[in-house]
Amino acid sequence: MILQNVVWTLALVGMGLVALGFIHVIIQAGKPADEDATRKSTHTAHMLQAWLFVVLFVGFVAGSWATLRHFPIPPQNGTLDAQQVVAVVGRQWSWQITPATVKAGSVVEFRVTSDDVNHGFALYAPDGLIVAQTQAMPGYTNKLLHTFKQPGTYTVQCLEYCGLGHAPMKTTLEVVAANGE
Amino acid sequence: MASLTMYPDDERLAGGTRTAFNLYIITAVALFVLMMLVGLTMRMAQAKWLDVPPDLFYELLSMHGAGMVGTMALVTTAVMWFFLRKYVRLHLWAFVANYVLFLLGALCIIVSIFVGGYGALWTFLYPLPVHGVGMWTGDWSALFLVGYLLIGVGSLLFYLDAAAAIIKVHGNLGRALGLQWLFGGTIDQNHPKAVVASTMVIIANSLGILAGAVVLVMSLINIFYPQVVLNALVAKNLIYWFGHMYINATIYMGVIAVYELLPRYTGKPYPISRPFLWSWAVSTVFVVIVFPHHLLMDFAQPRWLAIVGQVVSWGAGFPVFLVTAYGALTNIYHSNIRWTMPSRLMILSMFGWAAGIVPAILDGTIRINSVMHNTQWVPGHFHFYILLGVLAMALALMFHEIGSRANAPPNSGTDRLGFPVYLVGGLIFVFGFLDGGRVSVPRRMAEHLQAWTFTDKIGSVGAILVVLAMLYFAIRIIVGLLKPPSPSPGVAGVGTTNAAG
Repeated sequence: MILQNVVWTLALVGMGLVALGFIHVIIQAGKPADEDATRKSTHTAHMLQAWLFVVLFVGFVAGSWATLRHFPIPPQNGTLDAQQVVAVVGRQWSWQITPATVKAGSVVEFRVTSDDVNHGFALYAPDGLIVAQTQAMPGYTNKLLHTFKQPGTYTVQCLEYCGLGHAPMKTTLEVVAANGE
Repeated sequence: MASLTMYPDDERLAGGTRTAFNLYIITAVALFVLMMLVGLTMRMAQAKWLDVPPDLFYELLSMHGAGMVGTMALVTTAVMWFFLRKYVRLHLWAFVANYVLFLLGALCIIVSIFVGGYGALWTFLYPLPVHGVGMWTGDWSALFLVGYLLIGVGSLLFYLDAAAAIIKVHGNLGRALGLQWLFGGTIDQNHPKAVVASTMVIIANSLGILAGAVVLVMSLINIFYPQVVLNALVAKNLIYWFGHMYINATIYMGVIAVYELLPRYTGKPYPISRPFLWSWAVSTVFVVIVFPHHLLMDFAQPRWLAIVGQVVSWGAGFPVFLVTAYGALTNIYHSNIRWTMPSRLMILSMFGWAAGIVPAILDGTIRINSVMHNTQWVPGHFHFYILLGVLAMALALMFHEIGSRANAPPNSGTDRLGFPVYLVGGLIFVFGFLDGGRVSVPRRMAEHLQAWTFTDKIGSVGAILVVLAMLYFAIRIIVGLLKPPSPSPGVAGVGTTNAAG
């Protein structure tokens, strides 16, 4: 499942529900109700608000637990015991990546830093979608873990604006099959 | 409780107040048109419909970012001032000083960009201002940063005057926020929502501006004394604390227009309630501590800060959905609403805020941020709630005010045409960005791959429609504001109270 498509679907559903709520109310606007109906609709509105709160709160708790239970960012202090380690240095406007070839199927630790300004280390899969990223910040080394599922030529693209040569600041990373092919 | 009188006497502008308000609004709408043209130029360049060299592109990007954020702050300050002055005694000099300092700051920014070639964007992310590599030098960055300082000082002056005035009436800022009614007691129904919202903005944005002042001064020291090296992570935290707070404050200042004006157009009271007070109390805290969601991809950041960034980003949705948008919808439901420009724009603003926050909340999730951060998803969601949310709030007040000059809410045939052009253009424009995020198109990039240009072209078409609509709105508003005020709205008999139209 491609994460971007999941996000897109969630966004469309969420924005669609908001839009439906507005459309429903706008259709009803301009049709004033009598006192009795107004009292009833006020009561219904309060009930609905309470239910909406419950639904959102359950979603908030469940969603936070689901997305933070396995914290998506690896510990930054100490060793990560990854089978492959790649050193990444960003500078205006090039990448130094050592080694520039890794194997698919086993975890890779990227140690990302910068020699000058902030850069964004983004890994683009051969299909053109981002699979992982972290920032390259001067004075810090960010450790990113990623396991490549598919071999191929991945593009490393700077994603943090860093001056005139920001757009062309890219290179490639070769991901070969686990058997080395 | 907000008045149901359409054009109450205590809102009437005359003499110096009228001049000051007109200066704010006319400057703002003119700048909005110009900054939108800058934005359109960049989208058309990305679509490869225009040839814009990268150095110029990044200068335009710096101008567009700083210009739009600053202008949005300027115009929503006018919204806050317009309503708050009814409840507390604001000094006109503070309002005017903010305007003058804004102009001086804007001048510094414009000169640094178009004369000095400054292109480190509105975020001036340390240490980029001193790494122009031939495009700009540190001196021009310094001028840009001084421009920010001037604008920040202006905002602080206005807030200090407002804080003093609020404290004079309500005793302290906590009581102005209504904290005394959070857990019980009878809420004073005459406690103005405008005071609650203004107090929140004063507290939160003053803290943000002070954080900005610290990092601006630190950056200036670094420019002139390069041996003083800053910690890049600390600087980034301060920049985003300031930047996020400053642009977010515009929503909370702008929404005062909805609280004040919506009941006049629906004919239904819009009472203050405990959930309302809770939402503003919670928002005061949330908006101050939510900024770490900008640093989710800075893995060196302490883990607890990243968790705060995600959890608070999600939590920030509660007040928006459950109280502000829901409250507005309840007020509209089965109401006797007058469908005129102000009411249309207010409904749009609530929709823009509530819908735009959905992709924002998603992006505030660490796992999702790892594929969406710094893609066009980000301008997609913030343009959603700024263009269709905050700007619509400010436009609602502008149209309302020109209505007061004519003694009737504006609703001409051209208005009725301009509104859908703005709405449809805005939606096309923001969905162009969001779809760009879906396919991993980077934000802030002068040169796009051919594969990315489809969404750029869609976005450009939307932007053209928005610019056309805004151009019309700007002319309409400027002409309307320059008309002499009507003798007395009460005498005319039109619009003294709500009536179905």
